[in-house]
Amino acid sequence: METYGPYDPTVDYVPGPAPRPKHGRDGETSSWRPLHMSRRNFLRGVVCSGVVIGGSAYLFSATTPARADTRAVERLVRLTVNGRTHSVEVAPNETLATTLRYRLGLTGTKIGCNQGECGACTVIADGTTIYSCSTLTHRVRDSEITTVEGIAGEDGTLHPVQQAFIEEIGPQCGFCTPGQVVSAVALLNRNPNPTIEEARLAMSGNLCRCGAYDHYLRGVMKAAERV
Amino acid sequence: MTDVMHNFELFQPATLADAQAILGDHEDAWIIAGGMDSLDWFKHRVKQPSVVVDIANIPDLHGIREEDDRGLWIGATTTLTEVNESEAVQSRFPVLAQAALRVASPQIRNKGTIGGNVSQDTRCTYYRDGFPCYRAGGNTCYANTPTAMNREHALFGVSRCVAVTPSDTAIALSALEAMFIVERRGDRSEVAAADFFIGPDIDITRMTSLEPGDILVGIRVPGKWAGSRQYFEKVADRNTWDFALANIAMAATVDAGAISDISMVCGAVQCTPRRLTDVESLVRGETPGEELETLVKRVAARGAEPLNFNHFKVPLMENLAMRAIRSLA
Ligand SMILES: Cc1cc2nc3c(=O)[nH]c(=O)nc-3n(C[C@H](O)[C@H](O)[C@H](O)COP(=O)(O)OP(=O)(O)OC[C@H]3O[C@@H](n4cnc5c(N)ncnc54)[C@H](O)[C@@H]3O)c2cc1C
Ligand code: SF4
Ligand code: FES
Ligand code: FES
Repeated sequence: METYGPYDPTVDYVPGPAPRPKHGRDGETSSWRPLHMSRRNFLRGVVCSGVVIGGSAYLFSATTPARADTRAVERLVRLTVNGRTHSVEVAPNETLATTLRYRLGLTGTKIGCNQGECGACTVIADGTTIYSCSTLTHRVRDSEITTVEGIAGEDGTLHPVQQAFIEEIGPQCGFCTPGQVVSAVALLNRNPNPTIEEARLAMSGNLCRCGAYDHYLRGVMKAAERV
Repeated sequence: MTDVMHNFELFQPATLADAQAILGDHEDAWIIAGGMDSLDWFKHRVKQPSVVVDIANIPDLHGIREEDDRGLWIGATTTLTEVNESEAVQSRFPVLAQAALRVASPQIRNKGTIGGNVSQDTRCTYYRDGFPCYRAGGNTCYANTPTAMNREHALFGVSRCVAVTPSDTAIALSALEAMFIVERRGDRSEVAAADFFIGPDIDITRMTSLEPGDILVGIRVPGKWAGSRQYFEKVADRNTWDFALANIAMAATVDAGAISDISMVCGAVQCTPRRLTDVESLVRGETPGEELETLVKRVAARGAEPLNFNHFKVPLMENLAMRAIRSLA
């Protein structure tokens, strides 16, 4: 029987053989299988070195530009994440969440709903929070991006928000936690002394299926006393 | 269920002229500003344009400027957060600041633009899921059958399609009688809100008068209602993310205790923002109070034709109109 690996957005997908019987609409999408699995490992290797020299075939998209100033975007972009600049090959239809997780290996950013409805993928771009699942990577080429990996100190010292979330038992399953941390840090960067209403509003774009909202909110208020 | 987006060519022009050249070259080019509505379509594989034009880098489309008449010019790619936090908007047009604040969630407002918000497509779930309904070019409406789930759908103005306007800022901008500045193949025109938002009787496949290739440059909010008494309220299942079940926007002037002029618009009850002209003519010259509120409740939803599951929108609408008038007392 054909086995299907985990969904890997860094490989090209082609229509595959008939999917395994599945119920519901899932069956429709599982008929896509990776073109060549080995590219994944290739990409993993270069991700570690931080620099990707794209194969010439990937460097430019297919069109010949009519005018110099109306060219389609190139695939090789420089991306500044957590203070480090990476050169990375990015498809035009790739989201920032995909690039962070599967090209740069920064898997702290989670993909929950993949459609702007949960906040698990929240990152900071130029000081404001955005959903990385709903942002094309090409859009943030010139932005300073901070993910949850860039919140703690270099030596591993936790940010007051992270410490307070632990003390207030914010995380239950923990899946929403990276997004909660990022939203809280962005708030305190902008407004170190929020009222509880301001904090609630700033955290309102982060869903928690475990319902630990009050714990996270208490964590934000506690962290605000310490920053 | 979302999927990897289809392959497309991405353009990021730096000027309006470049954007127009690209749009002119590619027939099925799709504009994205914040992308919060567009990427959703792509991920569900319902819309698959081969060319996507990201207009966020065009300086001419961004920012908030004062106009001579105490009005404001708001660039199309100004984010909803920027609109909400602008002091000029807050002091002159609080109804717009509040509407922008009630859209979606903080992260969506940080990226979603006001131009995209007024131009977004309807949220009818059948249509969004790719059902081949009238709006999608088919020959039936899946939301208007005896068993259809049409709790979010229209009370008024039905013409085959029963979908409603999803935009919160469109309601406020309609109440403020804003003008939409549209660039079509080098020609610039100003379209009044009442003509910008179109219903299925005019074109069932579009929600606005924008045609493919048109660029919304900005929105001009005239000084007429600057500093007037204003009111915005939205009712949704959850305070975050959810679209309005009904919302109301009002601007009014009160002279010696009586309402001298008023503009009131209700959203999510029709395909376009619905101006409540019956309420407006009823209250002009009258003094706000309990008696007037009772009368307003009686006329606010007059002519509503509820579907199977949206009867609740009638009292909702009546109460919202009444509460807006109450705010003037
Ligand atoms: C989970 C979720 C919840 C939401 N809740 C709400 C809500 O409660 N209230 C609400 O009002 N909205 C809501 N939205 C919609 C969202 O706020 C809007 O879609 C957003 O403001 C659109 O702005 P954008 O710039 O991201 O749009 P885009 O996706 O970039 O554009 C939307 C549409 O407008 C067109 N367009 C954009 N700019 C221009 C221009 N300058 N000229 C011509 N055409 C243009 C695009 O081609 C596209 O068709 C929600 C969206 C999501 C994903
Ligand atoms: S309400 Fe309109 S958009 Fe929804 S199914 Fe009917 S025709 Fe399509
Ligand atoms: S994964 Fe981005 S908002 Fe849910
Ligand atoms: S802790 Fe489980 S989703 Fe928030």
